[in-house]
Amino acid sequence: MRALFLAIVLGLALPAAPAFAVQPDEILDDPDLERRARSISADLRCVVCRNESIDDSNAELARDMRLMVRERLVAGDTDAQVVNFLVERYGEYILLRPRSDGVNLILWVSAPVMLIAALGIAGVALRRRTATEKPLSPEEEARLRQILRD
Amino acid sequence: MIVELGHFALILAFAVALVQSVVPLVGAHRGWGDWMAAARPMASAQFALIAVSFAALTWAFVTSDFSVALVVDNSHTAKPMIYKISGVWGNHEGSLLLWVLILTLFGACAAWFGGNLPATLQARVLAVQSSIAAAFMAFTIFTSNPFWRTSFPPFDGRDLNPLLQDPGLALHPPFLYLGYVGLSLAFSFAVAALIEGRVDAAWGRWVRPWTLAAWVFLTIGIALGSWWAYYELGWGGFWFWDPVENASLMPWLFATALLHSAIVVEKRESLKAWTILLAILGFGFSLLGTFIVRSGLLTSVHAFATDPERGIWILMIFAFFMGGALMLFAWRGAAMEAKGVFATVSRESALVLNNVLLAVSSFVVFIGTMWPLVAEMFFDRVLTVGPPFFNMAFTPFFVALAVVLPVGAMLPWKRGNLGTPIRRLWGVGVLAIALGALTWTIQTGGSILAPIGVVLGIWVVIGAAADLWLRGGRGSPADRLRRMARLPRADWGKATAHAGLGVTMFAIAAMVGWETEDIRVAHIGQSFEHEGYTLTLTDVQRVQGPNFISTMAFVDVERDGRFIAELRPEKRVYPAAGMPTTEAAIDYGFFRDVYLALGDPQEGGGWALRTYIKPFANWLWAGCILMALGGLISLSDRRFRVAAGERRAPPQAHPAE
Repeated sequence: MRALFLAIVLGLALPAAPAFAVQPDEILDDPDLERRARSISADLRCVVCRNESIDDSNAELARDMRLMVRERLVAGDTDAQVVNFLVERYGEYILLRPRSDGVNLILWVSAPVMLIAALGIAGVALRRRTATEKPLSPEEEARLRQILRD
Repeated sequence: MIVELGHFALILAFAVALVQSVVPLVGAHRGWGDWMAAARPMASAQFALIAVSFAALTWAFVTSDFSVALVVDNSHTAKPMIYKISGVWGNHEGSLLLWVLILTLFGACAAWFGGNLPATLQARVLAVQSSIAAAFMAFTIFTSNPFWRTSFPPFDGRDLNPLLQDPGLALHPPFLYLGYVGLSLAFSFAVAALIEGRVDAAWGRWVRPWTLAAWVFLTIGIALGSWWAYYELGWGGFWFWDPVENASLMPWLFATALLHSAIVVEKRESLKAWTILLAILGFGFSLLGTFIVRSGLLTSVHAFATDPERGIWILMIFAFFMGGALMLFAWRGAAMEAKGVFATVSRESALVLNNVLLAVSSFVVFIGTMWPLVAEMFFDRVLTVGPPFFNMAFTPFFVALAVVLPVGAMLPWKRGNLGTPIRRLWGVGVLAIALGALTWTIQTGGSILAPIGVVLGIWVVIGAAADLWLRGGRGSPADRLRRMARLPRADWGKATAHAGLGVTMFAIAAMVGWETEDIRVAHIGQSFEHEGYTLTLTDVQRVQGPNFISTMAFVDVERDGRFIAELRPEKRVYPAAGMPTTEAAIDYGFFRDVYLALGDPQEGGGWALRTYIKPFANWLWAGCILMALGGLISLSDRRFRVAAGERRAPPQAHPAE
């Protein structure tokens, strides 16, 4: 994958190589199963590619994985069973949607936790700022009255 | 000879940069006017020297001087001229030189157009900017020198990566770098202000145009990259949440936040410390992005070891500037006392909310990008964080931003109540929701995504228009329009940029929600139907290009018996680089793109052909252009052109707010 290596080296914001993924001969006759196959494969990573799902990748291996997904579906597996079947073979690495168990919990809760923390900090800072707008002290009141009288 | 001149100019510029990063600082500290004044000619000299150096490298590429190692690796005599030139920055070493060129350009601009800055501040800004330039020049000279010769020049070069031989991608890096590097000037201003110990409205006014300019470039750069992905990768994706893309998105989010908080500093002398911090973090994430993509750290931890030197250099540069700036911030930041107080419901608070959402969303992208590395290094889990995670974690932030945007943009400074903008906007809200509901009923099944996009898009776009309309005051429509025309350009810029965001959000939702796809084996002479279009594959030919061989399909597209276009999707092979590419053929339309990609010939005849209908695809980039345009309009505002340099004690009250 020279293209993606170059992309890394160049620091460009461009993703992986050109793709011609799902081949016409792979498509299942049953449109329902095919739809499920597509949605499963969109969430699985092609192991030899950089950040491409098997649905988008034109690599040989991605094709094998797509065919495997379809085979399992035709055999009557549920979506979860298909995914587990592939994870057993290729490892957790292929899940584009990381699992939310163990330490991965940190990843999944990071967004709401950071948001709440940031809102909390901002709220406290704002309140403190508003609080600095103190009411006038008695002396200041007296001085103000004097000025207004003049 | 010319190449050696360029090499020498680069080394000389490095020497100048070293001097410039010390002398003006000392001068500003001691109050020596001539030491401070030295910064300006030195900044110009640095830029001139790097420009010579860059021109020399370009010369080597244009004349195909294959005694230069870099030209051998990235050029070819048969390559069209435009790609010979873009080949200069189509590689690590050359792009680093471009990076330095832009860095010195911004430094020189601060010298040329910063005549109204106080002498000490300008000296410090130029010194800090120059120290960044010095670090990157050293990096270029010692680890990534583009001027090395080869001892045995070959007959021809190895050609540039074919994916990069594309007009969109020729321009993508310069714009992206103008954005990344432009943030360095905001950083220099922040550090200089920390050294000075003074941040006021005038500082906000000086730093904002530079941030705005950097943001405009970054917006265009990201949009170009995304557009390129759309037409080049063969299936019309526009954003992949790839580490390299995330590396450009994070600085963009910070720049957007900085842009908004600098307004508060300028108009209300509040949020000073936060703005300084944002300026530091914005450039910090630019550096981090550079580190991530150039060290290869993120693709694989092991790739890091193949060229540890480069990665370690950038890491050192990053640690030095971020560590230094943050320490300075911890030490002096508290001294930036806010002057303007504001109530919980006010424009200031709305901008704080904007900043919170943008900054946190950026950190979410950051954590998602770095998590595979952390998990592998510390928890021994090899995993991937892909688009499903980012879509789920990131999207809510932008939905929230869009929801509060029109209301926040209408709130008055200092103190307001939510009732007024809500009363003014409820009509827009009802319209948006009604049209969203209508869309939901019209579309048969399908995702909820597109209707939500419709609601948010209309809410933001009409909200921006309503803001301008209401600013026109009372009276007949003609009076209003006249008054609207006289509003400051900053107001027009704001409305344009906000509307652009609305358009882009709508387009993303519409494209993702309504796109249709057809994959089939097409036989020559046969027609097929897709979404009311009749497509006929008329021929497939081999075509010889300047430095590639193409397999080109000819497809006639018709609708209701009316001829629309002949599309020519291609597969190309670049023999010198030994790489295939797909060239999708697109019939661009106002409401939809017809997108064709050619696949392989099939056993038993025919060709694999993919057809997509991409609704509102162009709107996505049109929205980005609107955002950039809004930035430019804002940049041309009178207050940046006239009297931009005066320090006023109290910030000027803004009329009619």
